[in-house]
Amino acid sequence: MITVGLEHFLVISSILFSLGLYGVVTRKNAVMVLMGIELILNAANINFVAFSKYGNFGYDGQAIALFVIVLAAAEAAIALAIVLNIYKTFANVNVDEIDKLKD
Amino acid sequence: MTESLIINIATMILFLPLLGFAVVLFFGKKYPKIYLFEVADMLLVLLLSIFVMIAKIGYFPGSIVYSFNWIDFGNVPFFGNTVIELGIEIDNVSAIMLVVVNLISFLVHMFSIGYMKGDSRYTRYFAYLGLFTFSMLGIVITHNLLMMYIFWELVGLSSYLLIGFWYEKKSASDAGKKAFLVNRVGDIGMFIGILILYANYHTFTFADIYAQMQSGILPFGSEAWLTAAGILIFMGAVGKSAQFPLHVWLPDAMEGPTPVSALIHAATMVAAGVYLLIKIFVMLTADAMLVIAVTGAVTSFVAATIALTQNDIKKVLAYSTVSQLGYMVMAVGSGAYLFAFFHLVTHAFFKACLFLGSGSVIHAMHHEQDIRAMGGLRKKMPLTYMTFLISTLAISGVPLTSGFLSKDGLLAGTLAFGNLTGHWLIPIFGFTVALMTAFYMFRLVIKTFHGKPRDMHKYEHAHESTFVMAMPLVVLSALSIFIWYTPNPISADAGWFASSWVQTPESVVPQDLRFEFMQTDTHETAAAEHHITHSEMYTEAMHSAHYPAMFLSLGLGGLGILLAFMMYQWKKINSWKLAMSMKPLYNFSLNKWYIDELYHATVIAGTLGLAKMLTWFDQKIIDGIVNGSAWLAKFVSKMSDLFDTFVVDGLVNFTAFFSGFIGLTFRRFQTGKVQTYLVFVIFSLIVLLVIFRPF
Repeated sequence: MITVGLEHFLVISSILFSLGLYGVVTRKNAVMVLMGIELILNAANINFVAFSKYGNFGYDGQAIALFVIVLAAAEAAIALAIVLNIYKTFANVNVDEIDKLKD
Repeated sequence: MTESLIINIATMILFLPLLGFAVVLFFGKKYPKIYLFEVADMLLVLLLSIFVMIAKIGYFPGSIVYSFNWIDFGNVPFFGNTVIELGIEIDNVSAIMLVVVNLISFLVHMFSIGYMKGDSRYTRYFAYLGLFTFSMLGIVITHNLLMMYIFWELVGLSSYLLIGFWYEKKSASDAGKKAFLVNRVGDIGMFIGILILYANYHTFTFADIYAQMQSGILPFGSEAWLTAAGILIFMGAVGKSAQFPLHVWLPDAMEGPTPVSALIHAATMVAAGVYLLIKIFVMLTADAMLVIAVTGAVTSFVAATIALTQNDIKKVLAYSTVSQLGYMVMAVGSGAYLFAFFHLVTHAFFKACLFLGSGSVIHAMHHEQDIRAMGGLRKKMPLTYMTFLISTLAISGVPLTSGFLSKDGLLAGTLAFGNLTGHWLIPIFGFTVALMTAFYMFRLVIKTFHGKPRDMHKYEHAHESTFVMAMPLVVLSALSIFIWYTPNPISADAGWFASSWVQTPESVVPQDLRFEFMQTDTHETAAAEHHITHSEMYTEAMHSAHYPAMFLSLGLGGLGILLAFMMYQWKKINSWKLAMSMKPLYNFSLNKWYIDELYHATVIAGTLGLAKMLTWFDQKIIDGIVNGSAWLAKFVSKMSDLFDTFVVDGLVNFTAFFSGFIGLTFRRFQTGKVQTYLVFVIFSLIVLLVIFRPF
């Protein structure tokens, strides 16, 4: 019987983080990028919870994870609003093409 | 009547012509009639100078001097007290000169009214005449050498202006320049002479210099320097009085208007040289006098031979003037002080008359000057003919004329000089010239006035001159009669001029430097009784020379006149054949002894050659150095330019390029894409993590 230990959580969160990062870096669609960010945040949440369970930290980890979820929700709301505005302005949500600030 | 009155009037006489010059010059454009002011001015000056002469000679036996310190330098190191004094001195000689100069000047002004009529610079001409008169009067009344020199140059200037008056003609402007430059040669000598005297005596004043000389002070303590000073000052006279070898300017000066030739180049300015010699007569040593006498004799001879063959009426008169000036200089050199001055005065009148007569002829002939185109004018211009004839008789030394008196005395002086010193060449030249003078003057008269007219067209148009031109001729020819100078027509000795007005002054040079006959008479009673300054020996020699000289000059003059009539009036001798039989001599004389050509070949060519050499030196060496340094500077700047372009600019450009390169390189990273930045962030994070890994 395989005992589920901290390592498994860390591996899962690492995989999740990498997938999120990959999505953030490679996706062109801003919405997909946001989804990547969500993945990263959730990878961090897993870490928090895992360290909270296996470490001697009480419920701090769970509490912070709850905060992160709330934050992520707020973030998603704002980010989606920005994306909507970008779309209104550029008729496009492709992050590669939105480089006006460079000029 | 006081001395100060005379001085005041003399000062007025000096400055009135200057006033006339200024007024006519400045207002001439606006008021063309202003020249009448100048003429009236001259009349006033003439009257004043006659008054001065009468007052001076009548009431003041001594000379009247007024002087003031012009510049006081105080005590100059290594030189002593330096004061420059100016002033005027009226003695009998200068009083007479005042009248001579102003009379001729006034008559020339009168004559010019008619002669210059219609000239485009009519008033300017009168202004110049005023300037000349002012300058000449300055020479006459100065009491020091400095003022003499200043006015000397001023007459040179006004002479230059008047010779080149018709400067549109190249020959006239050239003649003006020639006169100025040739005079400069003589003036250099004069200037050096004056400076020798000043360096030793610390004064320019004649009387002070002579007083110091008399007390035995010699320039630089040497007799040779005294002689040198005399000869150097004489050089000024050589230039101004057109003595050989500087006589070449005077014939060319005939390019000026004829009244100017009469005033300046016959009567007054050229006589300034003789006047200067008279002023410095007392400081001339025997050696200097001999140089002067020989120069005068050679001049009179050379000029007379040239005058024999000239065909231009003014050229004949010009050479005759040179010849007569040579006479005067010769007389000064041979100790005949009195007759040199006497001849100066009489010559001034008859030569001015001759020139104005020639002016009258030229005017009548519409500016024809060649005597070969004249002839028979006697009938057309009787007055001009008569006055011209009287003056010709005077210059030829025919009795009853003033010229006879002065020339006779002058020749007697040279004869006595030859007798006393053994220099026989001088009287021989003198008498030969007397013969030639009579010949060429009558040749001139006969060719111009006698015979048949050669140019009928011009003859038809010839006419007697108007009053303003005829009046001066009459006055001047009247002054060529003996009666003004002496009651005895064959000897000047009895006359007031020779006996009381002018006296030969006592020489101030040391006794052993004088000619023997000029040494002070030790016979006290003789000196006291006669007031003579020459020794008894000289007086005796003059007396014994008087009659031989008179008969000789009469005989030679008569012979000359006879020859002239034989050749040109009665045609007994064919002058052309005679000339051809002596062709080399004739050509030599016609071409003025080739002296101009000689100067062209030597002095002028030498000067030009030197100038060319200096030009070459300037262009090749000096310009070469300048250009070389310019080239060097250019080269250095080029090098520094290269350094700037490649090194300094290279550094700057490299910096810019390098920054640009870096900018370009790093620009690649600044894609403006958040995802790229994110990759970098993560990449960097990983790198940092690897570097700072805890294990």
